[in-house]
Amino acid sequence: MLNSGTICWNHVLGRAFIYLMLGAFALYYLIPLFVMVVTSLKPLDEIRSGNLLALPMQPTFEAWGIAWNSACTGVQCNGLQGYFYNSMIMVIPAMLISTLLGAMNGYVLTKWKFPGSNVVFSMLLVGCFIPFQVILLPMAKVLGMIGLAGSLPGLVMVHVIYGLAFTTLFFRNYYITIPDELINAARIDGASFWTTFFKIILPLSTPIIVVSTIWQFTQIWNDFLFGVIYSSGEQQPITVALNNLVNTSTGVKRYNVDMAGAIIAALPTLFVYVVAGKYFVRGLTAGSVKG
Amino acid sequence: MVTKWLERIMPRLVLAPTFVIALVFIHGFILLNAWLSFSSSNLMPKYDWAGFIQYERLFANERTAVAATNLFIFATLFILICLFLGLLMAILLDQRIRGEGVIRTIYLYPMALSFIVTGTAWKWILNPGLGFEKLMHDIGFETFQFDWLVNSEMAIYTVVIAGVWQSSGFVMALFLAGLRGIDESIIKAAQIDGASLPMIYRKIIIPGMRPVFFSAFIILAHIAIKSFDLVMALTGGGPGYSSDLPATFMYTFAFTRGQIGIGAASAMMMLMTVMAVIVPYLYSELRSQRHA
Repeated sequence: MLNSGTICWNHVLGRAFIYLMLGAFALYYLIPLFVMVVTSLKPLDEIRSGNLLALPMQPTFEAWGIAWNSACTGVQCNGLQGYFYNSMIMVIPAMLISTLLGAMNGYVLTKWKFPGSNVVFSMLLVGCFIPFQVILLPMAKVLGMIGLAGSLPGLVMVHVIYGLAFTTLFFRNYYITIPDELINAARIDGASFWTTFFKIILPLSTPIIVVSTIWQFTQIWNDFLFGVIYSSGEQQPITVALNNLVNTSTGVKRYNVDMAGAIIAALPTLFVYVVAGKYFVRGLTAGSVKG
Repeated sequence: MVTKWLERIMPRLVLAPTFVIALVFIHGFILLNAWLSFSSSNLMPKYDWAGFIQYERLFANERTAVAATNLFIFATLFILICLFLGLLMAILLDQRIRGEGVIRTIYLYPMALSFIVTGTAWKWILNPGLGFEKLMHDIGFETFQFDWLVNSEMAIYTVVIAGVWQSSGFVMALFLAGLRGIDESIIKAAQIDGASLPMIYRKIIIPGMRPVFFSAFIILAHIAIKSFDLVMALTGGGPGYSSDLPATFMYTFAFTRGQIGIGAASAMMMLMTVMAVIVPYLYSELRSQRHA
């Protein structure tokens, strides 16, 4: 966008300034991660004597081992591993079910509309906007009534229900761009509701399935609100366990273990983000900027 | 015959579970919560009618004012700083930068982290004895003091720092997408007319991104009002209850103090606040779609 006629020096200075600024911002985002990693690799006395940014003089993975195997999260001292698996057990079914339902809903809402289908959609959309505090108390009662209070299956249910509004929105917005002619042609050829879905719609859905699964994965993995209220004891997800670990006040505060625990809790979403983040951002911005 | 009939009602059959879910778990629950907020519920939920006593208790509680003031401080600073940084970074990144993909990834990765992780990390960095303060002492600023985390006057500002770090990259991505969507030919024409780059941004590009500002504002306002995890991980609402937000207030009263009625009433107030932001937005969205 720069005018090629400008004086060369101005141009060079301008570019240098831009790169300098971009670099400064990059540092701002990277330093906390850097601090987390170096702190997790330091022994405690090095943390007390050295400073935040100092590299570990004797790097050790001891804190990682403690965080994984034996750190105390409240009364229990079995580390984060069990809670890490809990989060996995919770996130995978919740992500798959809400994405599948979202895909089917989006398909009906764009290609098989019936009187009232838009009302259903509007009713569901409210779920994207409400602060969840307003459903917390009734949900606690219902989970208690059906015997799922304090359990992972209960959390899966909650995440499926309140993820549905987002997944339906994603798939609806995507399927609107698929031409109706495609569906009508199939219908004339005698293809049924499900044949059309499996043979025509699903094969075209890869990009939006990627967006929906990544969104649901990060949302559910990172959730704390539902986790802290609807789970208890050994059924807690990793975010709740990490918070307990950091706030457990018995004994000496082990900052290196806290940081190792935080990185462990962050690894799956970071991994997903680095591997597939490009598609995620592309889909997300397309969805939220549009309109 | 049966298959024909089944085929005809299949779309309704598929959407039916979602209809029931929306009706019960969203709308029914909101009504149920509203009822609780008008009941005499304390330790146990009661479904009677007690008028506005829970709201009276809510507003008589001194913590309510603290939480509301904090939300105002946090939301204002969080939204303004995120918008400003996001726009600035997007404009810088839009100047045909080498390594744009890498830089964008760096700006965006905090978004992948949970607020619990972010809060834990910042709690350590802002630790008055060992963190940033000690770093400054080590490099020679012996009298440097930074105790916001444990200072009840300043604790809410540490929440702003961590919140901005987490969310500004996402705003940058929104703005970048908006910048890329602007018609190049208008910019070319302005350049031919001799307009400078800053002028083009100020007069043409930024005004052209009004919808993006709007979307970003809505998303950020929504995040601010719901903010719960970050406060819990960073300050736990403390010292005392000085960094309470409505979301942590609601949690404390409904789930740890057994004041279900007050909790329900505070949740209703949160819902109203969100509605006040969202409804005008949805209204204008729907109107512009009808005109388009």
